Amino acid sequence: MNKWTRRAFIGAGTITGGGFLLGVAGFTFAPSRHSLVSADGQARGQLTTWITINPDNVTTILIPHCEMGQGTPTALAIMAAEELEADWTLVRVAEAPALDAYANGYIVRAAGGGYVPAVLGRGVDYGAFKLVEWFGFQVTGGSTAVRSTGEYGMRVAGAAAKQMLVEAAAAQWGVPAPECVAKASRVTHAASNRSSTFGALAQAAAGRAVPTSPALKSADSFTIRRTSPQRLDIPAKVDGSAMYAIDFSTPGMLYAAIEMAPVFGGTLVSVDPTPAEAMPGVKKVVQLTEAVAVVADSFWRARRALAALAPQFSDAGHGGVSTESIFAAFDAALGAPPAVPKDAAKVVTADYRAPFLAHATMEPMVCTAKVEGGRAEVWTGVQDPLNARSTAAKALGIDAASVTLTNLLLGGGFGRRLPFTFDYVDLGVRVAQAMSPVPVKTIWTRENDLQHDYYRGAALSRHAGALDASGRPLAAHSTYTGGGNGEAVFMPYAIADMEADEKEAKHPIRPGQWRSVLNSQHGFFKESFIDELAHAAGTDPFEFRRSLLVEQPRFKAALEKAAALSGWGTPLPAGEGRGIAICESFGTIVAEVAHVAVSPDGQLKVKHVYAAVDCGDVVHLDGATAQVEGGIIFALSAALLSEITIAEGRVVQKNFRDYPMIHIADAPHVTTAFLRSDAPLGGLGEPCVPPLAPALTNAIYAACGVRVRELPVRKTPLTRSV
Amino acid sequence: MAITTTVNGTPHSLDVEPEMPLLWVLREQLGLTGTKYGCGIAACGACTVHLDGRAVRSCTLPMSAAEGKQVTTIEGLAQQGTLHAVQQAWVAHQVPQCGYCQSGMIMAVAGLLAQTPAPTDDEIDTRLTNICRCGTFVRVRAAIHAAARAGATS
Repeated sequence: MNKWTRRAFIGAGTITGGGFLLGVAGFTFAPSRHSLVSADGQARGQLTTWITINPDNVTTILIPHCEMGQGTPTALAIMAAEELEADWTLVRVAEAPALDAYANGYIVRAAGGGYVPAVLGRGVDYGAFKLVEWFGFQVTGGSTAVRSTGEYGMRVAGAAAKQMLVEAAAAQWGVPAPECVAKASRVTHAASNRSSTFGALAQAAAGRAVPTSPALKSADSFTIRRTSPQRLDIPAKVDGSAMYAIDFSTPGMLYAAIEMAPVFGGTLVSVDPTPAEAMPGVKKVVQLTEAVAVVADSFWRARRALAALAPQFSDAGHGGVSTESIFAAFDAALGAPPAVPKDAAKVVTADYRAPFLAHATMEPMVCTAKVEGGRAEVWTGVQDPLNARSTAAKALGIDAASVTLTNLLLGGGFGRRLPFTFDYVDLGVRVAQAMSPVPVKTIWTRENDLQHDYYRGAALSRHAGALDASGRPLAAHSTYTGGGNGEAVFMPYAIADMEADEKEAKHPIRPGQWRSVLNSQHGFFKESFIDELAHAAGTDPFEFRRSLLVEQPRFKAALEKAAALSGWGTPLPAGEGRGIAICESFGTIVAEVAHVAVSPDGQLKVKHVYAAVDCGDVVHLDGATAQVEGGIIFALSAALLSEITIAEGRVVQKNFRDYPMIHIADAPHVTTAFLRSDAPLGGLGEPCVPPLAPALTNAIYAACGVRVRELPVRKTPLTRSV
Repeated sequence: MAITTTVNGTPHSLDVEPEMPLLWVLREQLGLTGTKYGCGIAACGACTVHLDGRAVRSCTLPMSAAEGKQVTTIEGLAQQGTLHAVQQAWVAHQVPQCGYCQSGMIMAVAGLLAQTPAPTDDEIDTRLTNICRCGTFVRVRAAIHAAARAGATS
């Protein structure tokens, strides 16, 4: 096993930056002048600057991840500042530039153990696995930032910087380093009553050797971690000054509105540009292989002119595809229900169905670009600036080094802005190329966004389970379409005979990574089915699960905590019910209980959701809580309302009227508890999504006796069967 | 023919089509990018501004409807460098995540509190229909009540 150690991140080398900069401990595998200490010795690295301390004692921490609402920059800065012993009020963050030196893939690789796990191994952390594949990128995804970059990079960088500052002070004062104490951005030597700021020591510290194994703080001495300092990005988000990709402007910039081939894979056959060209403000009608764009001096004028065109697109032979044809193919691929033991006292079978979903980030896709003389400047919002830079370069036929990409704030990501889904960058730079050297901002409309997403896949899952005469489960088998992996299908329960097999059924709807990825479908499937087994056994669904988790203490503890928070077992009024579900994803175990009310005429109200979360430990308590609340609301909106349908090969839904989202009126109370375990840090951006849908539908069954086997919930009438 | 309107206290004379939505004039002509585009059909509320003190969705409001009116955007909500009570509550409750919808959310809530200084939960549910994809509603509700209490004591 080619396992990397923490030592690999702290190889010897001089400090880049010079002056008053103190830089420590960021390595890439790019060839360069510094050797890395690694188990196999293959890798070489380049020292980069993550921490700078200015003479005014302000510490700036460069974060190789984007801010898309998840609060990662604040959490990572906390992890560095904790080890550095920085005064938190003097800490600032900035996003690392889109340069190879700031790739983060190597850290994820280390966090993942430095080897690629067997894909179908039990409980494989698929998020980290995917990122290992994308090694060398600068990705924010897979709920990995805190548990990889933070744990293996930021902490070590902060600790090394502190040691260098302490050694610099000791040398200056002629006292033993162990007698000097770093605290609140100062180093103090009590015996001689001397004290100096980090800022005053930084230049001297920067000249010292980088320690290869700095001591890390123990959890019981944390002063910033586990607390809730205010997020560093929030002030700019309440006064309108936060700069998202859509807000960028540069002198002389024009605006483009675009229409892509409505059927995936289609191309532009013909378009008469005349009607648009005559309209006010229009500069050019740009024809691309798969799209037509109108460039004008305002976005509204561009869009109005685009609407005057009647482009003809080919359908790439997919014009007959529909939601019905896709699910018919799914059904045929699955065939008969999986076999279960013949000696079972009771056999339970069920099909579950999950729809295509769009990400629908509040900020639609935007890319501004200026192409001139074999070079390009790009301003956009992506979850991987390095990879997006490559996409732009490839589209223009130039080297990545000839592209400068500036990543701005993301108005939501949820997986839409990950590698291999940068069509908006690809199209944006080609529109700008047609207007070279004039910079052009291409803004997608909501209609573009919903109809040209990379979708959470639709899926069908067919289950069969067997109980013995005492109600204990003997077997749980399933076959499914739409993709899966070991983590997504894994059930922690002590059932002797469990199998989950994927069946392939192809379709042309392009797939994407949607918050929690395949766990979003499989969480619903497996935690619905275990609930059906519990009811078939005549056992309380909480007690049923609990009895099967004796060998899984972390799962059991989370399940019990969620149940306790919710008052599980206490009486509820008629028409109300609780449902429970538990899933592990991205290294974190989450149990959720939903409490719902269903009126006699079938109106559903989600009253409260209780979440028990074991992510090992919490770095930023309030930020972590916000991810739990947000994950639950995001998942609830999808579970209740969301469905992308396909007709004649194209997406039917156009905007928030036919792809609605929940409002504040529909949002339940949320109660969150974190369980502290000795497990490694888990992710938090995604793991609260998967248990929500099954907790909700299990609660609906408890409330009114209707078993919802298809999402979204609104498609199933909830008339109470008394 | 130029359209005259006052934005955050400053009068402007704008040479734009009367049917151009206020949103794009604010963002592109005046550089006030705090007001966001989210849907273009007045469904999500990211573009909410105040027109003569009332919350409106600027993505479907033609400039002709802003003629002679007072427009307030998120950039003009703070007074003399002091954040509005709603903005202060938003910071105190750490409401924003991605933050893209929050300009509109804050303007909608400021408009709500101007009319209904101490809204009940039911009133909040009925009157606030802005979309937030990050799912900040739990904190939005808490912050509205906090802003209402601050307003009552100020």
